Amino acid sequence: MAERGGRGSGHGSLDKSITLPPDEIFRNLENAKRFAIDIGGSLTKLAYYSTVQHKVARVRSFDHSGKDIDNEPLYEISVQEEITARLHFIKFENTYIETCLDFIKDHLVNTETKVIKATGGGAYKFKDLIEKKLGLKVDKEDVMTCLIKGCNFVLRNIPHEVFAYQKDSDTEFRFQTNHPNIFPYLLVNIGSGVSIVKVETEDKFEWIGGSSIGGGTFWGLGALLTKTKKFDELLQLASKGQHTNVDMLVKDVYGGAYQTLGLSGNLIASSFGKSTTADKEFSKEDMAKSLLHMISNDIGQLACLYAKLHNLNKIYFGGFFIRGHPVTMRTITYSINFFSKGEVQALFLRHEGYLGAIGAFLKGAEQDNPNQYSWGENYAGSSGLMSTSPDVYPMQRTRSGTFDMLEMDRLERPLVNLPLLKDPSTYIPDTVDLTDDAMARKYWLTCFEEALDGVAKRAAASQPDSVDAQERAEKFRQKYWNKLQTLRQQPFAYGTLTVRSLLDTREHCLNEFSFPDPYSKVKQKENGIALKCFQSVIESLDSLGWEERQFALVKGLLAGNVFDWGAKAVSDVLESEPQFGFEEAKSKLQERPWLEDSYSQWLERLKEGPPHKCALIFADNSGIDIILGVFPFVRELLSRGTEVILACNSGPALNDVTYSESLIVTERIAAMDPVIHSALRDEKLLLVQTGSSSPCLDLSRLDQGLAVLVRERQTDLVVIEGMGRAIHTNYYAVLRCESLKLAVIKNSWLADRLGGKIFSVIFKYEVPCK
Amino acid sequence: MPAFIQMGSEKHFSSLHTTLCATGGGAYKFEQDFRTMGDLELCKLDELDCLVKGVLYIDSVGFNGHSECYYFENPTDAERCQKLPFNLENPYPLLLVNIGSGVSILAVYSKDNYKRVTGTSLGGGTFFGLCCLLTGCSTFEEALEMASHGDSTKVDKLVRDIYGGDYERFGLPGWAVASSFGNMMSKEKRESVSKEDLARATLITITNNIGSIARMCALNENINRVVFVGNFLRINTISMRLLAYALDYWSKGQLKALFLEHEGYFGAVGALLGLLDSA
Repeated sequence: MAERGGRGSGHGSLDKSITLPPDEIFRNLENAKRFAIDIGGSLTKLAYYSTVQHKVARVRSFDHSGKDIDNEPLYEISVQEEITARLHFIKFENTYIETCLDFIKDHLVNTETKVIKATGGGAYKFKDLIEKKLGLKVDKEDVMTCLIKGCNFVLRNIPHEVFAYQKDSDTEFRFQTNHPNIFPYLLVNIGSGVSIVKVETEDKFEWIGGSSIGGGTFWGLGALLTKTKKFDELLQLASKGQHTNVDMLVKDVYGGAYQTLGLSGNLIASSFGKSTTADKEFSKEDMAKSLLHMISNDIGQLACLYAKLHNLNKIYFGGFFIRGHPVTMRTITYSINFFSKGEVQALFLRHEGYLGAIGAFLKGAEQDNPNQYSWGENYAGSSGLMSTSPDVYPMQRTRSGTFDMLEMDRLERPLVNLPLLKDPSTYIPDTVDLTDDAMARKYWLTCFEEALDGVAKRAAASQPDSVDAQERAEKFRQKYWNKLQTLRQQPFAYGTLTVRSLLDTREHCLNEFSFPDPYSKVKQKENGIALKCFQSVIESLDSLGWEERQFALVKGLLAGNVFDWGAKAVSDVLESEPQFGFEEAKSKLQERPWLEDSYSQWLERLKEGPPHKCALIFADNSGIDIILGVFPFVRELLSRGTEVILACNSGPALNDVTYSESLIVTERIAAMDPVIHSALRDEKLLLVQTGSSSPCLDLSRLDQGLAVLVRERQTDLVVIEGMGRAIHTNYYAVLRCESLKLAVIKNSWLADRLGGKIFSVIFKYEVPCK
Repeated sequence: MPAFIQMGSEKHFSSLHTTLCATGGGAYKFEQDFRTMGDLELCKLDELDCLVKGVLYIDSVGFNGHSECYYFENPTDAERCQKLPFNLENPYPLLLVNIGSGVSILAVYSKDNYKRVTGTSLGGGTFFGLCCLLTGCSTFEEALEMASHGDSTKVDKLVRDIYGGDYERFGLPGWAVASSFGNMMSKEKRESVSKEDLARATLITITNNIGSIARMCALNENINRVVFVGNFLRINTISMRLLAYALDYWSKGQLKALFLEHEGYFGAVGALLGLLDSA
């Protein structure tokens, strides 16, 4: 039950010579509010809760009365400081504990806290040191309680936390989508011994069994047999050995398979069964391998027996025996598969090493109700999976590399599933899994690398009055570049690699260096230009016959979507031809039949069916897209008697329209257009925020307010537009109501892959099967 | 085995009878040798069939008027613990745990109805094999003798070594082993243990693990009598008492560990019965 990270330098003396890189680790320590510490056999995990001050772009409507509105910007943009809450977790070797405590003491300025929650086997040993150094009272918490609290927290809050190990696969880790119901599950913690705990609810868990044959047995017995002292080295020996030299196999007993029982000849009949002789030497590698198999098989067998007895099929494995070691994940996975005959899957957790620290922290923060919030993993501030694992980077063990970090942002509002998802437990937002698809991975990583200079340039240019904008933009460039390189090496570092995760990581990195909204001025200008064209677009639409108008509306939606600074091809055109107009955009579109074309069915539906009760529309870009594409479409729906919920991002991402921008834009349109005006007044048109700041869309993490409204208004149509929301994500999303997914493919590689050309059109109208 | 075949050949076993009923893995492995060297045809019988038949037969005939089957009363109390006969008149269902070099666990529902539930590779061969590597001993008897003089608590990490006493949150007693060989992670402790301690710890580790797997199988199969047989238990009172203790303690008295006087011979008896059947 005691634990060890496995990378300790072993000797008891504390290393004081290390200098800590303060820009990277122990960030935001000045405002740290609460502390928790989990001290294992060789690794210390520190958790603290802090506030982060960062810049946000705010928009505010001008009072236009009596002014010449033609020459004024549409609204005012100001950059303000905002304070949000963030959880920091940091993991380091116990040898640095004194240096780290000194560092914390020196940088801890504004804290009012008097206690530090502590857990883990080493909490006793370092109690006095912590109390002396920090002047905080050490408050001990039960190890297993912390572990389970932490486990529930990551299962609930971190997408792609859970993965299965796949051997002989290009990517060894297969991540799972978060199941809406995480209970019940079995947690098998393999520390020096094994604890098997059944977890039924947030607070209800039970120790149902255990085994003394665990990580300590592998280490202790391994050290005796091989004279190899370190856990990591034992694992490395094991990965090179041949267990068949030491183990007695079924075929050694029977000369072949034991056919009446269907036992394969290669099955181990007796572990160490061939070493029953005093006069033969066995190699260290072979003995270590045999020991590893013996222990992994035994744990797997017991775990399956307990799972069967308690009727559970989710087993999560943790503890130092597993932590970041592909070798043990492989043997445990094999064993579970063998003993359960494939019925149970061995599951592992990305942040398994932090569970104790997270749990201890949560115990101390109960009055802040951390469980009532949703949290998001900050990719910019978190090291990826196995960032310090010697298995992956045998050569890369620089001193600063021994610090591993996890940061989680507290989100303003709770996030929930879209109630219209057909099956939330199987919903996967992303269309292409780049961890799985090596070709696509290579393309997109290169694509993001090539675009990076431009993004950094635009970020710097967006803050012309700031003296350090250039410097920050360069830091951003470096940070994101490094993330991309990490992902080239370890695509699984942050869960499943997707275009969405690449885009989100870029947004996190931009925020990190105070570029909250590099497109704010571009969006402002585009919104202004588009508003001026609104009335003439409406007039020309109104002059058309019904059927012509429906097609023009859809074309308008698509043409608006061509204006997307997020896609490289279009940004090239826009930078060189600023007058590129709405009409020209329409002319660029592919002629029907489109690449994906169910327009006729959609038209038929409008013609024959009753008006929809309520449509939920996920908007994409600012400017022409929202004003000349989406709003005329909204107006038509309203005229048919359909209520409309217009959902925009809570925070900025690329040139996507934000919720606060949408409020101003709508207000201005309402002033021009009586249909929109009365719909707003009568609450037939409702503006909501998605809860997201991503250019993509995860329908399993949406603002609770949106979900409530969707249910109240009995929404029966969902419209998703744009490449990020309808192609990179949700292309295959299955809903319980009618849906429209439309986008223009502005990337020639992707177009090619889908069998079309650049500016191909996706128009996907889907009706749920009865 | 080659010596035995040689002897059979010299004594002209083949002139007495043409078929030799045989079971066990070696029946397959040495079949060719019996045929060519001893001029003997083996009538191969399934090992587990023979085992089940043998156990049931021997118990039914008894052994010199004594009961074949016995158990330990008060296994959790060293003072009051005693070996008592057990009447196996209505044996079904029972869980049969055969501990040879590996372990097979069978659920027996009637004379002809049994299934192999599972097995483990951590068996007698593991105990003996690890003892050879750790202590340099060369016979099973020597390994057991060493184990009887050792102290496993020097080698194993107990619950009390971690928590200072019982781990009350989970109801774990301080004396329970938390990590087998767990103390051997430390260099100082590796240097201070004796060969006897290591042999004892190996025996305790393997025995407890078999007990644990057997207990889980009994619960999953809903059987409360567990019969332990196999050569591993020969002259091995330490393991038998430990199995009795572990089953009783962890099942809170719900499960009973049973043993047979002739722990290692049931396969051969079953094979002999097979001969009678075929005649």
